[in-house]
Formats: sequence, C-alpha cells, structure tokens
Amino acid sequence: MEAAVNSLFAQKMEIVEIVKMSLQVSGSATIISALIGIPLGAWIGLSEFKGKRFLLKLVYTMMALPPVLAGLLVYLLLSRSGPLGFMELLFTPSAMIIAQCLLVTPIVTGLVSAGVAAKEGLIFEHAISLGASKAQATWTIIKEARTGIIAGVMTGFGRAFAEVGAVMLVGGNIRHMTRVLTTSIVMETRQGNFEMGVALGIILLLLSFMVSSIVLSNADEFSLK
Amino acid sequence: MNLFEISGLRKSFGSRTVLNIDELTLQAGKIYAVLGPNGSGKTTLLRILNLLAAPDTGRIKFMGGDIGISQADRLSVSRQMCMVFQRPFMFRSTVFNNVAYGLKLRRVAKADCEKRVNEALDFVGMGNFVKQSATRLSGGETQRVALARALVLQPQVLLLDEPTANLDPGSVQQIEEIIRKYHQEYNTSVIIVTHNLFQAKRMADETILLINGEVLERASTAEFFEHPRELGTRHFLDGTMVY
Ligand SMILES: Nc1ncnc2c1ncn2[C@@H]1O[C@H](COP(=O)(O)OP(=O)(O)O)[C@@H](O)[C@H]1O
Ligand SMILES: [Mg+2]
Repeated sequence: MEAAVNSLFAQKMEIVEIVKMSLQVSGSATIISALIGIPLGAWIGLSEFKGKRFLLKLVYTMMALPPVLAGLLVYLLLSRSGPLGFMELLFTPSAMIIAQCLLVTPIVTGLVSAGVAAKEGLIFEHAISLGASKAQATWTIIKEARTGIIAGVMTGFGRAFAEVGAVMLVGGNIRHMTRVLTTSIVMETRQGNFEMGVALGIILLLLSFMVSSIVLSNADEFSLK
Repeated sequence: MNLFEISGLRKSFGSRTVLNIDELTLQAGKIYAVLGPNGSGKTTLLRILNLLAAPDTGRIKFMGGDIGISQADRLSVSRQMCMVFQRPFMFRSTVFNNVAYGLKLRRVAKADCEKRVNEALDFVGMGNFVKQSATRLSGGETQRVALARALVLQPQVLLLDEPTANLDPGSVQQIEEIIRKYHQEYNTSVIIVTHNLFQAKRMADETILLINGEVLERASTAEFFEHPRELGTRHFLDGTMVY
C-alpha cells in the first residue's frame, strides 16, 4: 500500500518536473526569440531597403521550417565534431532552447513586421505632426501594433511548446534532464502507455490555453505611455 | 508678421506636377480657407507646410525663418504647428492619452499635462469622454478629440484638412464654433482646407483657390465671393467648372 502511494507520488513529481522543463525551455526560447524578433521585425516592417522583399521571403520560408530540420542543424553545430562542439551543449536544455529559437524567431519576426507595416504611414504622420521625433514616432507605431506583436509571440510560444522533432534530436529525452511533455508523449505511446500519453497531451493543451488566456487578457491593459 | 512665405514651390509625383506655387505669403493671426476641387493639391500643400513631405524645389519661410534645413531645426519648427488630418487616426488608448500624446512627447510635467488635457477636452465639449476608448467614437466626436489633441499643444498655426467632410450639419457647426472660438482666444493662425464654399465664407478672413496645383485666386473672403477677378473662380463658384 505504502509502496503504491509512494510510486504514485513519485510519478506525480516526475510529471511536475517534466512540465517545468517544458515551460522553461519553450519559455526561454520564446523570450530570446522575442528579444531578437521584435526589433528585427519592426525594422523590416518600417524601413525601405534593397533586398527587403527577398529578406521577407526568407523569413516567411523560415516560419515553416520543419522542427526536425532545425534540430538537425543544431545537432550538427553542437555535436562533438561540430564547430560549436567544444561547448558540450548537446543533450542539455540549452541545446533545446537554441533549436527552438531557430523555430520561433522567424515566426515572431514575420508576424511583427506584418503587424507593424499595416498602418505604418498613417500612424507615423500623425505622430510626426503632433511633434514626435523619428524615434518617438517609430516607438508609437510599435506600441500601436502591440496586438500583432503579442499574437506573433504567442504563436511562437505555441509552436515551441508543441513541437517534438527538435527537442527530441538535440535533447534526447533524458529522464530528469531533458525530458519535456512532447518527448514524454512520444515515449509513453511507444511503450504502449496510451493513457499516460493522453493525460500528458491534455496537460499540454491546458497549459497552452492558460498561457494564451493570461497574455491575451493583459493585451488590452497596455496603454499609451 | 508673416506666417508662411512660399516661393517657387514645386512638387511632382512621377511626371505629374501637383503643386506649383510661385509666390504665396500668409500672415499670422488669420484664418485662411484653401478651396479647390479634389486632386488640386490641397492636402499636399498642407503636408509640405507641416514638413511631412518635402517639395522638389522652392523655399518656405515660417515665422521669418527658413524651414526644413537641419534635422534638429525641423523638430522645433514642426512642434510649432499641428495638422488635423482628413481622417484622424486615434491611437489605441483612452481619449485622455490621445490628447496627452503631444504633451508627453514634449516632456510636460504630469500635473500640468493633466490640467491642460482636461481644459482642451472641455474646450471641445468632450470633457465627459476622458476615460473612454478613443477608437470607439463617432465621426464628430473623433474629429473633436483630434482638434483637442492639436489645440492642447497651443501651436502657432493649425492646419486643418477638410475637418468637417462627412459630418452631419450639427457636428459641422460644433467644429466650426470650436475653431472660431479658439482662434479668437489665442489668436492662432488657421489654414483650413475645404471644398465647402459656405464654410470658407463663414470662417475665413481670406480665401485661396487652388486649381491644378496653382493659386488661381487669393483675396479677402468677401471680395473672393462677391467680386472674383478670375473667370475660373466664377466657374468654380457657379459649379460650372470643368475639371
Ligand atoms: N504620395 C503620393 N503619390 C502619388 N501621387 C500622389 C501622392 N499624394 C498625392 N498624390 C496626387 O497628387 C494630387 C493632389 O493630391 P491632394 O493634395 O491629396 O489633393 P486634394 O487634397 O486637393 O484632393 C492627386 O492627383 C493625388 O493623386
Ligand atoms: Mg485632400
């Protein structure tokens, strides 16, 4: 009896650990991607330069990058013989974060540049006419595009949180180390533990739902400073 | 004091010249109406005066000084004027924050800012809307908030681009009243673009007729409507102009 309770408790703790790792890896990847993608997307959306169309095509293509491919790329970079092999990051959470950044950054960049470009001229002229400097006007545009920016970041997080190909390849699904929700689902399913797989799947969906609810309910609270 | 001195102003888009003004001097402290058919260059003229667009050639003096030379100079000049656009864009925030926008850019202290915003909103009769979302106002209300957003900055000149187009008669009257009252209280110069002849008659000290980017006639409003010099002006006023 005691053994059964202990095993159940241990199992629960392990699920909590897996959930934490999932949130930590995908959360970090999303934050890093947002830090790169928001300024980059705003810059692409707001400026005119040669090769802009080509750059946008590249970004849009990267938005659809298959996770396994991102994983493979990072795997090659980080493997013992790869150019960054000396850092010994393969099969660590860091490697998983890097791979997911590769997936999420283009999504944030692409959606932010589209969101910012939508009303760019109109807002810019109003801001300038009311006395904004160019920098102030640019900042106003970014703030006006906040719904699009938040949607971009949320989409990016959703993609990272739900993907399995990249984290499996570069993380290796190591117990207590790099195991996350999606890799656990694959593993449980392979071992025939369908109930566990479904349970983990439901946790994944619920968490996604919660995160987007929290973010979206705050979206309207941002005000023009 | 001369508000604007324009000379040799030319602006083209592609091969089309949309503005061609040899000489035009406007005095400070007056209300000017700029009339003209669609596409005659009225908006383009306002945008150039507001430094939103650069002319191809020409020289513009504002309050005696050349404008648009250095970047730092541009900001200080552009902060002395304010344009209200034909279709004003409201920032996605409250009415208060929209009106406070220009003051915040100028780093006006919070208490002072609050006081001025409330005064401006009272001035346009929108005092009860302070906390409302600015993107959910009616056309007339939007236009009044847009006016408050400009008036609060106490500019030397207000550039108004068809401020009452598409408004119901009641709103038109309100807007005209606000502009007139503000002009009287602060002696602010006003340039109002309109294709409503009666509005020009009601509001302006002087009226300027722009046809195909050129100033066809410029006269005191009474003169303009009662004794137009140009045949083209007469056709425009009769509604028999072919363009
Ligand atoms: N950015 C632009 N690019 C090309 N053509 C323009 C642009 N802005 C205005 N025009 C053209 O210049 C002419 C004058 O426009 P505008 O000044 O808006 O006229 P109005 O305000 O008197 O109706 C129009 O024929 C318009 O199509
Ligand atoms: Mg116009």
